[in-house]
Amino acid sequence: MRELLRLPATEIAAAVAKGDLSAVEVTRVHLDRIAGVDGEVAAFLHVDAAGALAAARSIDEQRTKGEPLGPLAGVPIAIKDVLTTRGVPTTCGSRILDGWRPPYDATVVRKVRAAGLIPLGKANMDEFAMGSSTENSAFRPTRNPWDLTRIPGGSSGGSAAAVAAFEAPLALGTDTGGSIRQPAAVCGLVGAKPTYGGVSRYGLVAFSSSLDQAGPLTRTVLDAALLHEAIAGHDPLDSTSIDTPVPSLAAEVGRDVAGMRVGVVRELSGEGYQPEVEERFREAVALLGDLDAEIVEVSCPHFAYALPAYYLIAPSEASSNLARFDGMRYGLRAGDDGVASAEEVMSRTRAAGFGAEVKRRIMIGTYALSSGYYEAYYGQAQKVRTLIARDFDAAYQQVDVLVSPTTPTTAFPLGERVDDPMAMYLADLCTIPANLAGVPSMSLPCGLADGLPVGFQIMAPALADDRMYRVAGALEAELDARRGHPLLDEVPAL
Amino acid sequence: MTITRDEVAHLARLARLALDETELDHLSGQLDVILNSVARVREVAAADIPPTSHAVPLTNVFRPDALRPSLAREEVLAMAPAAEEGRFRVPRILDEV
Repeated sequence: MRELLRLPATEIAAAVAKGDLSAVEVTRVHLDRIAGVDGEVAAFLHVDAAGALAAARSIDEQRTKGEPLGPLAGVPIAIKDVLTTRGVPTTCGSRILDGWRPPYDATVVRKVRAAGLIPLGKANMDEFAMGSSTENSAFRPTRNPWDLTRIPGGSSGGSAAAVAAFEAPLALGTDTGGSIRQPAAVCGLVGAKPTYGGVSRYGLVAFSSSLDQAGPLTRTVLDAALLHEAIAGHDPLDSTSIDTPVPSLAAEVGRDVAGMRVGVVRELSGEGYQPEVEERFREAVALLGDLDAEIVEVSCPHFAYALPAYYLIAPSEASSNLARFDGMRYGLRAGDDGVASAEEVMSRTRAAGFGAEVKRRIMIGTYALSSGYYEAYYGQAQKVRTLIARDFDAAYQQVDVLVSPTTPTTAFPLGERVDDPMAMYLADLCTIPANLAGVPSMSLPCGLADGLPVGFQIMAPALADDRMYRVAGALEAELDARRGHPLLDEVPAL
Repeated sequence: MTITRDEVAHLARLARLALDETELDHLSGQLDVILNSVARVREVAAADIPPTSHAVPLTNVFRPDALRPSLAREEVLAMAPAAEEGRFRVPRILDEV
């Protein structure tokens, strides 16, 4: 058997189910790993060792009693700190929620517990999920396990780094404009953003409600499919949750892609893309061709406007959503001297509690929604959103899935873009269209460029999440076979 | 120039952000760059295109008006910055002290 820390989640769960490994042993080994390497990686904001061991003991008891265990039971998982966990600190990477212990679990957290997964703790993130490098965390930046001087992506950078550094076999992230797929890409992982509405947003602290979706970050496509299945499904507590049966995804991994039509998006290439990233991408497309998929070039002309539309829509929704952080009912309260009015205390609290990027986005959103500018900015961005959705509809008349690089470049050095918001925003260039249209999308590693992972993005029509897993599974199998081992075997030892 | 420093100060008031002078200076420059960039959406001819607020067509979602348990008051107030007599205690909201 491979070293426990490097086992796929499916193999850990199988060993626990057979009694070859106890869930407590699996959990201890991961807690020890966190203690050993997280000082360098900084993937976690909070480690809940006692809670994890209690959950593990309960799984071991269930097995001893002969109770049936799910396909991921006994597997530890890192939870992005934007998802509420009952009694366990949830900060969203922000000072304004420092010390907050929510009185309820997010639906996805409740579901991972019900599936027998073992939450290890809360993963670092860009404050309120705004960022592409995890440098916007109010507490500390997370480092990329492939190169500790580089960013792990964001905003789910802690989730990604935890999985890539073998601190957790699985993680939950959230994706508003690429915040699962971009960290997955730069850390050499699989990451999926489900169809909007496929996974409940109850307990996902809202950044941009019409775009936010939680999803898996894993080392294999099969692990991602199983975790995706575990968290999906209708939830009466989220009015935007879709009332359809949970799709069968794991069954798609292992199917062939012969005859599938794969569309390469012309607009997601060229200027601004690192040449080696495009090379790895084209090689992976050629592999799909070798597997008898039909490769077609597709044009989505309005994707060129996805980035500006997103940076109007997401900040507009954020400026409204973040109005709830007013220092009155929970979280930080600053400047309450007994003289200042509630309004003054709110303004002082928000100035003290929010970081620079959150303030920037609240200001952009407030501007875009203010009278006189609403039609020209927010209204126009919503129309562009319609045109992007139409581009997808037209493309899916010709092809089954769309593909592109996940990010224009590999992981950039920490600090490089932190004072240049527009440069930082470019990291989401390829991932944003799927959020605006609500379609599912995932990233899987397709090789290295100068020793750093490159991500391959697959997008599918709404509710056809199964299709992207079929393509990802086939491509992963072929890439691993040709390489002779999984890409993560090449991550430097910590 | 898309946005002036005075406009930025006005927006900060609307957004309930007590920004200091240094922050206002810094943000004014950055917002100008960002707004100039995102203004590119105005290049798209979309006069007759309906806006999309949401990727999934939304209709009203109803549930039965049935009693269900809520969180305990003590649990909710446990995380409040200030509480008194089973309620959230907030700073004055009217002008009279």
